[in-house]
Amino acid sequence: MKDFKEVSLGFTEEEAVREAQRCIACKKKPCCNGCPVEIDIPEFIRLVARKDYKGAIRKIKEKNNLPAVCGRVCPQETQCEALCVLIGKGKGGPVAIGALERFVADWEIEHSPHPSLSPVGGEGKGEGAAKVAVVGSGPAGLTAAADLAKYGYQVTLFESLSASGGVLRYGIPEFRLPRAILDRETGYIESLGVEIKCNILIGRTVTLSGLFEDGYKAIFLGTGAGLPYFLGIPGESLNGVYSANEFLTRVNLMHAYEFPKYKTPVKIGERVAVVGAGNTAMDCVRVAKRLGAQDAIIVYRRGEPEAPARRAEIEHAKEEGIEFRFLTAPIKIEGNEKGEVKSMTCLKMELGEPDASGRRRPIPIRGSEYEMPVDTVIIAVGQGPNPLIAHTTKELAVDDKSGELKIDENCMTSMKGVFAGGDITTGEGTVIAAMGAGKKAAAAMDSYLKGA
Amino acid sequence: MHRIVEKKQLADTITLLKVEAPLVIREARAGQFVIVRLDEFAERIPLTICDTDRSRGTITLIIQQLGRSTKDLCALKAGNSIQDILGPLGNPTEIEKFGTVVITGGGVGAAELYTAAKALKENGNKVIAIIGARNKDLIILEDEFKAVADEVLITTDDGSYGMKGLVTDALKKIIAGQTVNRIICCGPIPMMKAVTGTARPYNIPTIVSLNAILLDATGMCATCRCTIEGKVRFSCVDGPEFDGYKVDFDELMVRNNRFLEEEKRALET
Repeated sequence: MKDFKEVSLGFTEEEAVREAQRCIACKKKPCCNGCPVEIDIPEFIRLVARKDYKGAIRKIKEKNNLPAVCGRVCPQETQCEALCVLIGKGKGGPVAIGALERFVADWEIEHSPHPSLSPVGGEGKGEGAAKVAVVGSGPAGLTAAADLAKYGYQVTLFESLSASGGVLRYGIPEFRLPRAILDRETGYIESLGVEIKCNILIGRTVTLSGLFEDGYKAIFLGTGAGLPYFLGIPGESLNGVYSANEFLTRVNLMHAYEFPKYKTPVKIGERVAVVGAGNTAMDCVRVAKRLGAQDAIIVYRRGEPEAPARRAEIEHAKEEGIEFRFLTAPIKIEGNEKGEVKSMTCLKMELGEPDASGRRRPIPIRGSEYEMPVDTVIIAVGQGPNPLIAHTTKELAVDDKSGELKIDENCMTSMKGVFAGGDITTGEGTVIAAMGAGKKAAAAMDSYLKGA
Repeated sequence: MHRIVEKKQLADTITLLKVEAPLVIREARAGQFVIVRLDEFAERIPLTICDTDRSRGTITLIIQQLGRSTKDLCALKAGNSIQDILGPLGNPTEIEKFGTVVITGGGVGAAELYTAAKALKENGNKVIAIIGARNKDLIILEDEFKAVADEVLITTDDGSYGMKGLVTDALKKIIAGQTVNRIICCGPIPMMKAVTGTARPYNIPTIVSLNAILLDATGMCATCRCTIEGKVRFSCVDGPEFDGYKVDFDELMVRNNRFLEEEKRALET
């Protein structure tokens, strides 16, 4: 496995139509309750069954501004599909809603080469419409920006990195979300009238009060969970220890896998241990394998059933030859005389009673300590809310413990006219949950601006 | 795109560029830096904002040619453009009336302290600047510092200009002769470590501006993590300036070497 080409193939037209025809169009539509952005799922599926793909994509885009992304990275198996009435009735399991969404989105990409040809909404925007600012171009920001544009506002979306997409760009690798698909989706958002400005760090380049001075009437903060957590064990400052964010940013955003054509390096050696078992950990370990690691190993202190990654991601990793060491907890990282990682010492664990998270608590097995030789350690154990905007804006109230921005029931922060949503207010969550938050905040901002 | 409006060669390997960056200027203060990405293929390089010109909308960058990316930047000419400039980043230098402040700049590090010297002078401090380098050719901004500081001392390792010796030799002389209320220091890591060591017996507050490897520079990747009083801090958002007495310089030196092989390879292409 050396290339970064997309791994999962989508439905063919024939497969999609056959799958869509499995939907029994039940009255209660429980699947819709599982969708944070409220797509009319049975209706788009009905249109697929009738081969009206154009109608289907329009139906999805009424609610979801990033269908080709969601069709790929949403955990449908725990959301819409988990509520399908076909489950448990000997009827072949839930309708593959996610795969159908992807099929429809990809159909549009193939048949309508210019994203500007297919905006839904966005009409009737007045010249004198109020200016609004959206900060952060990840899933929450893109969604809020698109919805605000559809409501008729003049939207500017600010991004600190050199390209838009946030975690979709720097975090999720090409083989799970091709850049061409992402570019197309952000292009669609621009076609709705959203102006995307990169290389601007709100809080530093322009402050929030500066944005108000510049005439923006409301601001949405979707700055995400960008503060990497470490384990707090000895040796984490050794050369060869990366946070997942650093490793993925070097590869995905800066193209380190094409070094030295692209000038940003990444160094991995022969044996790579990735600590953690979430989706980000799976991304890291699969990237490491593609970059030439002979052994790419997941080290996780709980068991496989407790792993937070999607089942499909764990399965893909296994198929690609990733080694899994479950019930294994690192306790220190050792280096050589040059300060480079040479090994990681781990303890074997067993599972005890459930803890606060509801998962069985890992307990160290006495005397089980062993040393595993590794050249690189990637820490992928989650991240906290990005503290920068709160740090540079004293008016923003922050939860002391979590660092999350505090918002009221209308998604407004403690600063008037400043709204927030996504990981910055909830801690690390899914792409679709952040999109749902962006959607909700956009509606709240519309009410606020109409009342103002 | 950011057009270069002026280029000056300060030494064989040190280049000054004035670059259009009107957005950066608005909030820029002494001690802050920008991330520069020359083109699509380039690394993200941190460079201190050495000066700003509000009427022209430009910032001044001073670049020492060390690796591939700095070499490419130094090769630019007036009229060329830099693709991305992000900033201002990092916490500004703390500026208040301290009394007597010694600014200690080693090599191109001197450039990073020029705006701080200016701001400190404007705030009523007595400012003494020590500029040190290996030889005369590498001494930069002497006239600029002379225009803002009460006193400027030059040191060269080989004695080709100013006082022969290290910046710490000059610093010892100053401390012996008068009360110093604060030291601000920027330069190679061994030099910052030595300056901190020189100041320690006198308990003079000593601020160092660290030059860790950065990537996003917004607190997201932790590649710039350093150990400050036993705690992990991010140089990009918690710094770049720290209390020198608390910095683990030895660790920073090792961490800054972690891509040496790759830097060599990149230079060969």
